[in-house]
Amino acid sequence: MDAATSPLKPNEKVKMKVRNLNFYYGKFQALKNINLEVPEKKVTAFIGPSGCGKSTLLRVFNRMFELYPEQRAEGEVNVDGENVLTSKEDVALIRAKIGMIFQKPTPFPMSIYDNIAFGVRLFENLSKSAMDDRVEWALRKGALWNEVKDKLGQSGTSLSGGQQQRLCIARGIAVRPEIILFDEPCSALDPISTSKIEELIDELKSDYTVAIVTHNMQQAARVSDYTAYMYLGDLVEFGETDQIFIKPRRKETEDYITGRFG
Amino acid sequence: MNAVTETAAPDYRLPMHRRRKLVNIVALSLSLAAMAFGLIWLIWILWDTLLLGVKGLGATTFLQDTPPPNSEGGGLRNAIVGSLVMVSSATAIGTPIGVLAGIYLAEYGQRGWLGNLTRFINDILLSAPSIVIGLFVYTVIVAQTRTFSAFAGIIALALIVIPVVIRTTENMLSLIPNALREATFALGAPKWVMIWRVTLKAARAGVVTGVLLALARIAGETAPLLFTALSNQFFTLNLGEPMANLPVTIFKFAMSPFANWQAMAWAGVFLITIGVLTLNILARVLFRQKH
Repeated sequence: MDAATSPLKPNEKVKMKVRNLNFYYGKFQALKNINLEVPEKKVTAFIGPSGCGKSTLLRVFNRMFELYPEQRAEGEVNVDGENVLTSKEDVALIRAKIGMIFQKPTPFPMSIYDNIAFGVRLFENLSKSAMDDRVEWALRKGALWNEVKDKLGQSGTSLSGGQQQRLCIARGIAVRPEIILFDEPCSALDPISTSKIEELIDELKSDYTVAIVTHNMQQAARVSDYTAYMYLGDLVEFGETDQIFIKPRRKETEDYITGRFG
Repeated sequence: MNAVTETAAPDYRLPMHRRRKLVNIVALSLSLAAMAFGLIWLIWILWDTLLLGVKGLGATTFLQDTPPPNSEGGGLRNAIVGSLVMVSSATAIGTPIGVLAGIYLAEYGQRGWLGNLTRFINDILLSAPSIVIGLFVYTVIVAQTRTFSAFAGIIALALIVIPVVIRTTENMLSLIPNALREATFALGAPKWVMIWRVTLKAARAGVVTGVLLALARIAGETAPLLFTALSNQFFTLNLGEPMANLPVTIFKFAMSPFANWQAMAWAGVFLITIGVLTLNILARVLFRQKH
C-alpha cells in the first residue's frame, strides 16, 4: 500500500504519517515497510493475529522500543510533519505529546491524586488549586471522578482492575497529549469495565487522535473510524472501519474478520 | 505391547493411589522431623538465653559500666551504648552506598560488563567470613593509625552491611514489573524520576527489610570488632579510641573465671538476641504489609 491510496477523506487532516517503516528485534524483522496515515481526532484500530506486529508498531510511535537495546526501527513516523524517530527533540517531550495506555493497568505506588499529578508535575509548575483542577478535569475525562472524588488520598493500587485502567487513562490525559496510544487496554478487564472504556475512547476522539491495538474485532468495529489489518509484519489492508468489516478488499482480511483464519 | 482396553476394573486406580498416599505420609513425616530438629535447638538456645539472661539483668546493667576484675556490681552501659553507636553508624554509612549500588545493578547495569563484575564481586563480599573483613580493616586502618578505634569498627561493620543491602535492593527492584517502568516513561518521565519516584517506592518495603536484616546481622558480629574497635572498660563516645561493645564484651566475660562477669555476659547475649529478634519480626511485618 502506498500513500496514494490513502483511504482518508479529503476533509480529514493527517496527524501521523508512517513511511517505509521497518522494525527489527535483533535480526528478526517484525515490521515490513509499513506506510500509513493516521487521521487527526479519529480512532484508528490495529487488528491482526498474535505476533503480527500491531503492538510493535504502536511502541514505535512513542519510541518505547528504545528502552531495549536490541530493538531497532528504520523509516519515518511523521507527527505534524516531524519525524519522531530522528527528532532532535528530547524523547521525554515526544512521549508527553504521544501518550500510551498499556494492556495491564499500571497504577503507581502512590495516592490516586498523585498518580494523576505525577505526569503533570514533570512539565508544569502548577499552584495547589490549579493542580486540584487539573486532577479533577483528568479524572472526569477518564470517567472515574464520581467513583474516587471522596478518596483521592487512597492508594491507586486499592482500586479495582477496571478503575485502575481508567486511572491510567486519566493519568495519560492529564499531561494533555495530542495522540493517545492504547495497547490492548481491555484485555485484562471484565465486559462492564470494557464497555466503559470503549465509551471513553469514543468521547476522547473529539479532542485527541487515538490509535488502539486490539485482539477483539468487535471492539475494533465498535470504537474505530479506521481499521488496519496486519499480518506477519505486513500492513495488509487499511481503510474505513465499515469498509474493512463489510467489504474488505483483500481476501486475507476477509478470512481473518470472518474467523476463517486466526 | 499391551493394547489399551476401553474399560477397566472399577478400582484399578486404588493401588497407585495408596502408594502415593504412603509416599506422601513418609515425606511429610521426614520434613516435620527435620523441622523439629532445627526448632529444638533454637528453642533451647532461646530458653537458656532467657533464663540465664534475665538472671544477669538488673537496673545496674543499663546504668553502670563494665567492672574491673574481682569487684562487685557493674553493668553493660558502655558496651550497650558502644554497640548502638557503631551499629547505627555502620548502617547509616552502608545503607546509602548499598541502595545506590543496588539501584545501579537493577536499573542500569543489568547487562553490561560493569554490572556483571560488580555483581560478582558483591557476591564474594557477601560470603566473605567476617573475620577476614576485620583483619582487612585492621591492616588498612588500625595498623596505619596505630590505635584500635570505634571508627575502624564502624568501617568493618559497614563493609558487612553494604553487600547485604546491595543484594536485597537489586532483588527487590528486579521484582518490579517492567510495565511500571514503561508506564512511567510513557508519561515523559526521565529515568531518575522513574527510579526515585516509582520503582524505589514500589520496592520500599523490601529495601527496608534488607537494611533491617543487615542491621540484625552486624548487631551480633564479634570477629570484625575484635580487630578494630576492640573494647574499652570505660564509657566513651570518642570514635578515635577503642569502644566497648556487646559482642566483644560477651566474648571476654564469658571466657572469664568470674561468676558475675559470666552472668553479665548472659545478660548481653539476652539483649542482643531480643534486639535481633525484634528486628527480624519488624522486617517480616514490614515486608508482609506490602506483599
